[in-house]
Amino acid sequence: MTVRVQSDEFDAGAELNAFTAEVAGAGAIVSFTGVVRDVDGGLTAMEIEHYPAMTESAIAKIVKEAQSRWNLADALVIHRYGRLETGAQIMMVATASRHRVDAFQAAEFLMDYLKSRAPFWKKELTKDGESWVEARDEDEDALGRW
Amino acid sequence: MIDVLYFAWVRERIGLPKEQIETNATTVAELVDELRQREERYALAFSDLRALRVAVDQELTEFDAPLAGAREVAFFPPMTGG
Repeated sequence: MTVRVQSDEFDAGAELNAFTAEVAGAGAIVSFTGVVRDVDGGLTAMEIEHYPAMTESAIAKIVKEAQSRWNLADALVIHRYGRLETGAQIMMVATASRHRVDAFQAAEFLMDYLKSRAPFWKKELTKDGESWVEARDEDEDALGRW
Repeated sequence: MIDVLYFAWVRERIGLPKEQIETNATTVAELVDELRQREERYALAFSDLRALRVAVDQELTEFDAPLAGAREVAFFPPMTGG
């Protein structure tokens, strides 16, 4: 398991290649990359705050839960904080497994839990001002399917 | 003494990221009541606990959680990572 919380940019392609090269015995690799998207043409950047003392351990706990539910050869989570411009990569998840179903499901599980159980908060900076992104009921409901 | 941390709009409403508090509160809820009585900005930040989450010593927990032995309590809105 690799968990990295950083302000620096990362190269999702290079990270995925390195993850794939290092994992042993996997027949399936699934990856997801989250990107700062524009909001109706008005977003200038996203500010991501986190709780440094808690963030990595909270993510590691979520990854361990995924490892207990699915047969994973390895998992990678990278999440950024700080000011991110439109189009920047916010985070990525990669899972490796013997079979694709475990890799897909574990990746989705990780994404659902990272969204509402890892201590990150997003603020949208637009030309009209700034506002915190509110958690959506759908995000909480998504946890129910696991 | 206990370290109390605030994040996101809770931090902005209260106006500081962290403070040390001398408290006799035995649960998170009692600590919240003490904070509410301090000043309007605290009352405003803690006006609706359904809009808040709490972690004691970096573990997510509930507002009825005990504070015995706790060193750090953090208040924040529901997370929006990913």
